[in-house]
Amino acid sequence: MTSTITRCALLFLITLLVGCAASKGPDKTALRQSKPRSIVVLPPLNNSPDVRASYSFMSTVTFPLSELGYYVFPVALVDQTFKENGLPDPGEMHQVPLKKLAEIFGADAALYITVDRYGAEYQILNSSIIVAARAKLIDTRSGDLLWEGEASASSSESNSGNSGSLLDMLIVSLIQQVINSAGNQGHAVARMTSARLLTLKPGGLLYGPRSPLFGTD
Amino acid sequence: MVYLSYYEPGKHSSESHIIEMEKDLEKARAANKTLPPGNYAHLGYLYFQTGQLDKALAAFQNEKTIFPESTIYMDRLIAQIKK
Repeated sequence: MTSTITRCALLFLITLLVGCAASKGPDKTALRQSKPRSIVVLPPLNNSPDVRASYSFMSTVTFPLSELGYYVFPVALVDQTFKENGLPDPGEMHQVPLKKLAEIFGADAALYITVDRYGAEYQILNSSIIVAARAKLIDTRSGDLLWEGEASASSSESNSGNSGSLLDMLIVSLIQQVINSAGNQGHAVARMTSARLLTLKPGGLLYGPRSPLFGTD
Repeated sequence: MVYLSYYEPGKHSSESHIIEMEKDLEKARAANKTLPPGNYAHLGYLYFQTGQLDKALAAFQNEKTIFPESTIYMDRLIAQIKK
């Protein structure tokens, strides 16, 4: 009798634990099923006061996305195609129907980015350069939301909490670039934000079809 | 490079951009490395801008060969040049 009760309790506990584990983290089912091979990155919307934000951020996303194993359409060329078709600014480009994006570029998915913060922000004693952005990946055929995320980075980040992961090492090397960059430091910080935004986890993307690790995550 | 061509177009002409990209491609080829997506396509666009249409066509064709995912877009650009 006692053993039956114990067994029941144990079963209940396991169910509870499994349930918890399954509900943790964002759902990647849509992304897993859609398996987009190619991504068209639309020139980002800019909510920051710096006019350079949109194109600065745009030019940082090809690297992390292609590292993950996706084909990324050449961003400057895509921007030009929109402009030649009478859409001069990102706001209008983001209104283009998905069907059109599939037709013109042959893209499986479209990435819509919004840059919320870009540039120097002054605190009482010091100032730092902050870049924050969010993004949505949409399937161009079904219109399904495949993934969404947000990230930020700051020039005043120190090399703390380093777990030695590949991403951390990349970020540390990017921090070095910020310190050393004589020109627009915002652009260097944008690279950090981008590397954090378009990554595997937590809550990140999955490996793309061009990666040897595709389907393993 | 892409970023600089947007914000300092005077300092970063298509011609100097082409030379730098050609150098990068040569380096990648020598090291037998896979090129990032869009590289040939972007170079093709710069050739187009500077009136080197044959080179532009070849570059778009290259992008298509290496990345078949780009076929629809590259065919569109190729058709535009041939018009």
